[in-house]
Amino acid sequence: MSAQAPTAIELREVFKSFGKTQIIRGVNLAIGKGERHAIIGPNGAGKSTLFNLISGRFPVSTGEVRLNGADITRLKPYQINRLGLSRSFQITNIFHRLSVFENLRCAVLWSLGYKYSFWQALNGLTNANERAEEVMEGIGLTRRRDTLAGLLSYAEQRALEIGITIAGGADVILLDEPTAGMNRSETAHAVELIRKVTAGKTLVMVEHDMGVVFGLADRISVLVYGEVIATDAPAAIRSNAAVQEAYLGTTANNH
Amino acid sequence: MSTGVLRFKPINVGRYLTWGLFALLLILAPLVFSQGFAITMLTQMGIWIIFALSYNMLLGQTGLLSFGHAVYSGVGAYFAMHALNMLSSGALVFPVTLLPIFGGLFGLAFGVIFGYVTTKKSGTAFAMITLGIGEMVFAASLMFPSFFGGEGGISGNRVVGKPFLGITYGPATQVYYLVALWTFVSMIAMFAITRTPLGRMANAVRDNPERVEFVGYNTHMVRFLMFALAGFFAGIAGGLSAINYEIVAAESLSAQRSGGVLLAAYIGGVGFFFGPVIGAILFTFFVVYIATLTQAWLLYLGIFFIAMVMFAPGGLASIILMNLRVAKAGLFHRLWKPYGWLAAAGLIAFLGFVALVEMTYRLSDTGGGAMSLFGITFDVRSALPWIVGALVLGVGGFLYRLTWIRFRDQWDDIQRIIQERTA
Amino acid sequence: MEFFLISLLNGITYGLLLFMLSSGLTLIFSMMGVLNFAHASFYMLGAYFAYQISGYIGFWPALVLAPLGVAVLGMLVERYGLRTVHKHGHVAELLFTFGLAYLIEEAVHLIWGRSAVSYGVPKDLDGTLFTIYGTAFPEYRGFMMLISVLMLVALYLILTRTRIGLVIQAALTHPETVEALGHNVPRVFMLVFGGGAALAGLAGVIGGNAFVTSPGMALQLGAIVFVVVVIGGMGSLAGAFIASLLIGLLQTFSVALDWSLAGLFRPVGITFPADTFLGEVWNLTLASAAPVLPYLLMVLVLLFRPRGLMGTRDT
Repeated sequence: MSAQAPTAIELREVFKSFGKTQIIRGVNLAIGKGERHAIIGPNGAGKSTLFNLISGRFPVSTGEVRLNGADITRLKPYQINRLGLSRSFQITNIFHRLSVFENLRCAVLWSLGYKYSFWQALNGLTNANERAEEVMEGIGLTRRRDTLAGLLSYAEQRALEIGITIAGGADVILLDEPTAGMNRSETAHAVELIRKVTAGKTLVMVEHDMGVVFGLADRISVLVYGEVIATDAPAAIRSNAAVQEAYLGTTANNH
Repeated sequence: MSTGVLRFKPINVGRYLTWGLFALLLILAPLVFSQGFAITMLTQMGIWIIFALSYNMLLGQTGLLSFGHAVYSGVGAYFAMHALNMLSSGALVFPVTLLPIFGGLFGLAFGVIFGYVTTKKSGTAFAMITLGIGEMVFAASLMFPSFFGGEGGISGNRVVGKPFLGITYGPATQVYYLVALWTFVSMIAMFAITRTPLGRMANAVRDNPERVEFVGYNTHMVRFLMFALAGFFAGIAGGLSAINYEIVAAESLSAQRSGGVLLAAYIGGVGFFFGPVIGAILFTFFVVYIATLTQAWLLYLGIFFIAMVMFAPGGLASIILMNLRVAKAGLFHRLWKPYGWLAAAGLIAFLGFVALVEMTYRLSDTGGGAMSLFGITFDVRSALPWIVGALVLGVGGFLYRLTWIRFRDQWDDIQRIIQERTA
Repeated sequence: MEFFLISLLNGITYGLLLFMLSSGLTLIFSMMGVLNFAHASFYMLGAYFAYQISGYIGFWPALVLAPLGVAVLGMLVERYGLRTVHKHGHVAELLFTFGLAYLIEEAVHLIWGRSAVSYGVPKDLDGTLFTIYGTAFPEYRGFMMLISVLMLVALYLILTRTRIGLVIQAALTHPETVEALGHNVPRVFMLVFGGGAALAGLAGVIGGNAFVTSPGMALQLGAIVFVVVVIGGMGSLAGAFIASLLIGLLQTFSVALDWSLAGLFRPVGITFPADTFLGEVWNLTLASAAPVLPYLLMVLVLLFRPRGLMGTRDT
């Protein structure tokens, strides 16, 4: 990686405490543009918290977060989203009383500049409708177009979750345990979907499934007790002694 | 990726038909119900339809429960009344037909002023703020008599200026058609708003306010704009009521009125656009007509409301739609008999209950004496009518339990069949 | 000085009454997450029950029986009403208690009529407790303060010295945890709701004859009680106590004071006759503005310090 490569996301000395409990203890991370980066670590390490800090859901205690070079540390979630970062949630966070199509359409409206318009008919917004259809195709939910999101199966909801995340065309995507709770074939589908929809974009992923991680990631960071103990290419991580001890186990097993 | 396929969008005949039918209904109603008293009631229904729909922009569409919506219709009414008086005194030249716009604009203005801070919160806090502002404004209305007219309120005369095409708004029928016109236009406007980006994002905010922020929208702004727009339409309703009653008093801003529109919208059903329309019609019917029949009208309405909250939170609209779904599946014929029995048992219980209530009112009101109910005359102070009433209620209640179980079994079975068909 | 002392005592009496109401509301809200719109209705029922009972067997039995009656009603409401609605969510619960308030008011109309009833101070307590600077302080007010303080102490003891009290304390700040610990939460809910209702009823028994007993009393007092609970902080009994006294004193003092903005300028000779622009605003006295003040305070608190004075949970 050359020194000129632009960083999509940069974390500098990020600390986060909830009350007296320190969850994130000084994380430094730089993720390059177009990189596929996975964050792994034991439960409770702070992975989701890190996502929440980057996406603006929680404020950092101290430290800096940068997106494409710009300081986004104190910004609200919608401001960060408008700058080109979009994230999914570990616990499915969809609009359960809207249909699949409506869910996706909601996700694209701002990116297409419609803002708070109450004078334009939704059905006449061709570009929004087409984009929603496109994403729906991409996540394979076209046949469930008019089903209320709350009635979808778990795997379908996870797919919709990813769809909502990428619909707005953000070029930095954060996926929080996208394959959680999926069986083998569903996971394989999800991986293909992720690969397809994040082509050319920066992807940061929190995952527990090592097969997914080692298959998709260009680089992996290992987060243990709120600190990054290693950041490297997958092969190097696999053979890293400290990582093995803290997380993977002394006999290098794939999950 | 557009593949260049020709998209054929047929004109939604169904939608135009429904609106057309409704317009026809509005036009013909006073010809069918032509007594003066009926015309007054229809006029009031129209005003409350607008009011209840504006309320549902908050509750049903954006998920905001307000206990102080009457502030905006009341403010609209007061400003419209002042404008009307300015028309009378010649200080302003403006057609009365368009006067509700004044109400709307001031409803909007106050919606903006109060709305920005009110919508910073949601849920219970939001409800409490609306309650507080509502009480505040109501209390303030008694503090500034020059604008609010003190206890007696402000009155005016809607017959002002040169008649336009023979229309003076003197006769009640003419006022009805004015209200009907505004009702129709407002309904279309509010319906249209539900199908815009703001309207849809309001739904998204209702379902998942947090997620909305992560797709680029400021939740507060969405709520604020919907609040302001709801204030606008409430103000229109207020302006119309100023014209209709020719008087505006503190009651227009009161907690009772805020409670009333909540009741009306909820009973009708907040999950559907036309729900509050049904609720407004029913509510007005109770307030105007049932109130002349019995002192206990608000008691009955309150019981009805609580029954809705407990057993049918989707309101009348949801009940209607559920039955329509059964009808569409061709299975409604199985419900005729169970509904019949249920209605009969319910009627018996209802009669018993009404009898007891009315007798109690007579007793507590005038201390007793003869009264006549359902054509029978009796003395309230004797024990017999009470025993009869209690028995009727008891028997009716018991029968209702039985017929309900039968009905529910049929219903559940039908639902099962429908599930299997669509699976 | 005389005015100050009398107003102080009246304010404290009123504040203690408000606390009896707001403590029940706080307990119910903290434990069950339900903002009981019908709470002031229980106050009203306490007064009416006491009126009815004392008509038959006297005031002292009524003091005990009326709150019990209200408690039973409260428990029935919780068991058969709230519990059914609970599964539909918080909004439904709020609407249920909202509808209940209407229902109770109409039931009172039905049984006792629409005008005030003459529920008066009992003869034995109808004297003067003491006089300050020539103004008599009624014996009954003293009685009210005594009952309020006794109830306060009893509440404190129950909450801190009994097992059920500890469970309730825990649930005030961590309701989910208490459920997870396996306590018979539904039964506790029923008891708390009934207990809160009883407190409100007791307040009604002693307040109904000092102030007026009419169907409108629930509406008037209900809104103020919400103000108290919000300002004091949801979930905090201590906060409710401080806020009750604060509002009680605020209302008592402001109603009697003639200060106005115009008054500020009078000493320097500037006057604002009634017909100047915004003349009404200049000449508005604190006494006339008094009804608005608690709500203004509540809205400000909700905006700038939503936790209230001592709340442990955000509204």
